[in-house]
Order: sequence, then C-alpha cells, then structure tokens
Amino acid sequence: MVEFLLSPLRYEFMVRGLVAAVTVGVVCSVLGAYVVLRGMTFFGDALAHAILPGVAVAYLLGGAQGPLFWGGLVAGIGTAVGIGALSKTGQVREDTAIGVIFAGMFALGVALISTVRNFSVDLTHFMFGNVLGVSRGDLALTIGFGALVLLLVVAFYKEFLVISFDPVLAEILRIPHQVFSYLLLVMLAVTVVIALQTVGVGLMVAMLVTPAATASLLTRRLPIMMTGAAVIGGISAVVGLYLSYYVSIASGAAIVLVCTAFFLLALVFAPGRGLLARGSMR
Amino acid sequence: MTLAGLLRRPRPHQHKAPVVALEHVTVRYNGDAPALEDVSLDVHRGERIAVVGPNGAGKSTLLKVVAGILAPTTGKAEIYGYGAGGHICIGYVPQRSHVDWKFPVTVSDVVMMGRVAKIGLLRQAGRADWEHVRASLEQVGMIPFRNRQIGELSGGQQQRVFIARALAQEAELLLMDEPLTGLDSPSQEAIFDILDLLKAREMTVLVSTHDLQLASDKFDRLMLLKRRLIGFGHPGEVLTPANLQRAYGTHLTVLPGSDGMLALSDTCCEGDDHG
Repeated sequence: MVEFLLSPLRYEFMVRGLVAAVTVGVVCSVLGAYVVLRGMTFFGDALAHAILPGVAVAYLLGGAQGPLFWGGLVAGIGTAVGIGALSKTGQVREDTAIGVIFAGMFALGVALISTVRNFSVDLTHFMFGNVLGVSRGDLALTIGFGALVLLLVVAFYKEFLVISFDPVLAEILRIPHQVFSYLLLVMLAVTVVIALQTVGVGLMVAMLVTPAATASLLTRRLPIMMTGAAVIGGISAVVGLYLSYYVSIASGAAIVLVCTAFFLLALVFAPGRGLLARGSMR
Repeated sequence: MTLAGLLRRPRPHQHKAPVVALEHVTVRYNGDAPALEDVSLDVHRGERIAVVGPNGAGKSTLLKVVAGILAPTTGKAEIYGYGAGGHICIGYVPQRSHVDWKFPVTVSDVVMMGRVAKIGLLRQAGRADWEHVRASLEQVGMIPFRNRQIGELSGGQQQRVFIARALAQEAELLLMDEPLTGLDSPSQEAIFDILDLLKAREMTVLVSTHDLQLASDKFDRLMLLKRRLIGFGHPGEVLTPANLQRAYGTHLTVLPGSDGMLALSDTCCEGDDHG
C-alpha cells in the first residue's frame, strides 16, 4: 500500500503535478461556493473558454514555454470586466452577452493557435489540461496566486456574503457592492488561469462547481460549505492523479470524474437531504 | 483604516428635521413614463406608515428612494435633514420572494449582516456585535431558532429574522416591502406585536401592503399612491370613495367584501377627528 502511494512520487513531475492539482482543487472549490450560490456557473464556464486567446498569443510568442500564465490572466480579467460592463448596459440579456463574448473569444483563441503547424497536441493541453507538465515556475505562480485568492476570500468574507445574499442590503449599508462584485470576477479570472494547466479550459467549470455543489448538499453554513468543498476538491485532485497514473487516463478528466463521483454519492446519501433520506421520509 | 473610513461615512442627523422628507420627487426609468411623479411628503419620528396602492403604483420605487438606493430623477429626498444616499441607519425587510431561502446561512448569520457596515472593512465581528445580535434576536423572540438555516423557518419567523437584522443594524427607520403577504393572521399579529415594541422605541416604520383593511386598522397614517401621491393622512381622510376611485379605477374588488368601501369608511371615522 505504501509502495502504491509512494512509487509515483519518485518522479519530480508527479510531485509538482500533485501539489499544483491540490492547490487548484482547493482554490477552485472555495471560490466555487460563490459561483454556485450566485448562479454564475455559465459565467465561470465562459470565462474559462475566454482566456484562450490570451494564452494563444503567449503561445505564439514563446511556444509551450511562453508566458501562458500572464497571457491568460490579461484575457481573463479583460473578459470578466467586459462581460460585467456589457451586461450592465442592458442592451442584451446577461446570459446572451456571456454567450456572444465567450464563443467569440474561444474561436479567436483556436484560430490563433491553429496558425502554428502541429498545434493539436498543445491545443489538447489547453483544452483538457496537462498537470504533469507543470514547471517549477508555473507551480510558484499557481501557489502564489492561489494563496492570494484565498486570502481575499477570507479578508472580505462578510462583504462577499452580503453582496451575494442580499445585494439591496449591501447598497443600504453603503458597501461599495460594484467594487466587490468586480473583485469577485477578477478573482474568478485568476482562479481560472491557475487551473488551466490542471484541468484545461473544457473541464474547468467542473472544478469550480462540482465540489462546491457537493458540499452544499452536506451543510447549511457557508464557512463549512467552503471548507468542505476545499477538502473534496483537494482529495479529488489526489485521487484523480493517482487514478490517472495507474489506469493511464488523462489527469484532468480523472480529477473531474472523482469530483463527479463525490457529488453523486452526496446526492444519494446526504443526511436529511439526499435522495435516500427523502425516499425514506415518504 | 483610511480606506474603511472613506467607505463608511454615515450621514449626520438633524434631529429636528422630519425622518423622511420628499420634495417633488419624480422617478423615471430610462425615460419611460414616470414610476413616481411629483411626490412631496414628510414622515415624523416614531410614525408607522402604510404605503398602499395598486400594482405598479410606485410603492417599491418610493421605498427605494427613501432607502437612498435610487436617486430621484428630479426633486429631493432627505433623511433626518440630509440626502438619503449616505445613511446607514435605514433598515430593510425584503419581500419574501426576493430572498434565496436555500442560501447556507443561519438566523444568526443573517442578523449579523446588519452589523457589517458598523464593523467596517477588514475587521471581524467583536463581542459587542454578537451582543447586538443576541439582543436583537431576543426582542423578536427568535433566540431558540438562532442556529437554524433560514429556509427551515415559517413565513412569520422569517420576517422576524429580518426585523432583528434591522435592530442589530441599529436602524432608526425601517422599510418593509410587502411583509404581510402570504402570512396567516396569527403570524401577522406577531409582526404587529413587534412593530408595537419598535414604536415604543420611536422607530419609524414604512410598510408597503396590498391589504387596505390592515392598513387602515394598524397604522398611524396611510400613503395612497398611484404614481402620484393621491392621499396621505389618517385612514379616514385617505380612503375616501373619490381617492379609491382615482387609485384603483374600477378595480375596487381589492376591497374586502362587496360593500367593502362602505365598511372601510365606517371604520375609518370612529374616533377620527376629520370633518
């Protein structure tokens, strides 16, 4: 058993991948609590796709070792603020605005990447992650920015809680709720960028939503929901990575599948609220 | 803490000024027909006011203007003599349908939200804040439910939680948007018992409601709106057949009973000094 757990760790890329995946699992899941509670699932998915052109430009400049992180960050924050502003003009519904920008940005990203010959391997990595390719520099950025996001979640806990639960109260208490809404969007953009290498654009929304949704089935308090989501996200990252090592499946997909399995378990067995508990009440 | 200082700069109060003073307030959304037109009125300390009128009469708009979260297109809204926008002394009880009752917060969590502005940025709730929360819950009789998730409460209990939140906020003016809708009459009575306590503490309360009967039975003054202010005063002065006709047109079926209009004008005149 010990051998089973330790043997993958002989490889340095495996250790780095594990640390990166756990960090991403925790950060995504904590912020994911707000994504779930504020009904921003579609927004999160869109944001994940919209960072692609930024990543693509960096890729064109420097190949797979280019400044992908920073390119993604610029595109992500730009898109987050852009969608926020466009939906405020009231010209189109918010979900329509998100759909238009998301698909357009994604297409631009794919078009840019496709100008490179033999692009398909790298495109696959962007789409579905390549956690075992995390470099030392990537890892430092992931941990640094992940810690920053968690710090902000804790520091502005009560403000984020009020703007999410009761935006009118936030206005009446003269809390600058626009500022905090945008801050939350920017934090989401940062999270999406650090998760790019772990799960990729296509699976990102699962990391944001699934652990938080699982935790929401198990508790009725936000701090516990966030902690629980973090634990589920972290465990899913570890289990998923081992699964991918021993069964030889794509790591991002493995992590997401483990998250999904936890969700299904909670859906059925959650005390008081699971399908089983409800069934026995009837 | 200069940032926090900047962010919360509660307006001072002129204690001789009316709690609420609206002068020729008109609100237009996006250049459409006005939602509220040329409304002028004063509300005094400790009064309990019912805001009545048909759907779309501007009741919610009026509450937003008073709360200082919607600036009048023209005209002036003042709270205690200063512009409505900067005060943090205004409590608010949302419409039940506007609350996400599945949100993972307990009764205590919701009441603590009333303290957020007073606690300030980058600070945590201290012992005094928890004491405010406890005392507020005690006043509305919700101590035994303090650790319940808010969705596990009855409608009346839910309203009491939000009143407690306003108390924890140390609000001096309380705005309630349709708090009585969908409550059975014992729950409504419980709310009015609490409002009586608040009256004793000279809290000023504005309540929007559809229920003209309750409005005329339980409130000091009545504000009858239909975009314009049709009447403002004691129930007997306001709920006259002519005013009701102006507000509701031919839709007088909102009144209880087929002869509701007569019944209303009967009750309103008891002990009332209007001529």
